[in-house]
Amino acid sequence: MDASLIIFYCIAAFILGAAFLAVTSAKIFRSAIWLLFSLIGIAALYYWMDVQFIAAVQTIVYVGGIVVLIIFSIFLTHNANDNMPKPPVMRQVFAGLASLFGIALVLHLVYHHSFTKPTGAALNGDVANIGTLLISTEKGGYALPFELASILLLAAMIGCILIAMRKGSANVNSVE
Amino acid sequence: MSQTPLIQILFLSVGLFFIGMYGLLTRRNVITILMSIELILNSVNINFVAFNKYLYPHQLEGLFFTIFIITIAAAEAAVAIAIIINLYRSHHSVDVEDANELKW
Repeated sequence: MDASLIIFYCIAAFILGAAFLAVTSAKIFRSAIWLLFSLIGIAALYYWMDVQFIAAVQTIVYVGGIVVLIIFSIFLTHNANDNMPKPPVMRQVFAGLASLFGIALVLHLVYHHSFTKPTGAALNGDVANIGTLLISTEKGGYALPFELASILLLAAMIGCILIAMRKGSANVNSVE
Repeated sequence: MSQTPLIQILFLSVGLFFIGMYGLLTRRNVITILMSIELILNSVNINFVAFNKYLYPHQLEGLFFTIFIITIAAAEAAVAIAIIINLYRSHHSVDVEDANELKW
């Protein structure tokens, strides 16, 4: 057992422990902070797998964006000190059983599946290569999904403003 | 397959997926349900990167799928939080049991 595998097991234990606390913690703000730690652990896993660009995107978008949004919404809708009501025992038991059954089934399938060894030379997945492919219009390029994602983000931005706008505040400027 | 840690990474992502599933099934608060969904999306991302890295290293499809999933997850979280804030304004609660007008 070499050092890199030991590091992997540490990262995996960190991710799973933080994720478990995120779904079981009674205080919602603590739950969000555990989610933050779990996402940081996943970014560390990406660094461990040597895909630095994905790790950077994970850190910026998830840790810096989505978790901050979630914490904002917690502060807008909750008193952060309140305990959430505990789920009923029956629901906990059945959800736990369903999850354990799912884990057992998928682990069994994964463990007994023989993956084919990779063929062909490894492609360099560094930032320059990803950036070139992302705006390439040739075969294998991702220019069209890139543009579609930008339209989706614009639509989501306008949609958020429209949904979260107070009723009546839309015509504040048109009163005069 | 013994020297590449693919199978361990798959075990990790299966565990993360079903922890998210457990949260999705037990919680009744919209924000915590959204957090469980984020965990599930992240386990899928780990799978994409691991398969790309250890089974198909001669192409980059997995990395691009991960990038686009992260983009769409950001849009989804923003819209979901706008809906949650609107729900809180109209119902003064973010519990899914309280929002039952569409239930027949």
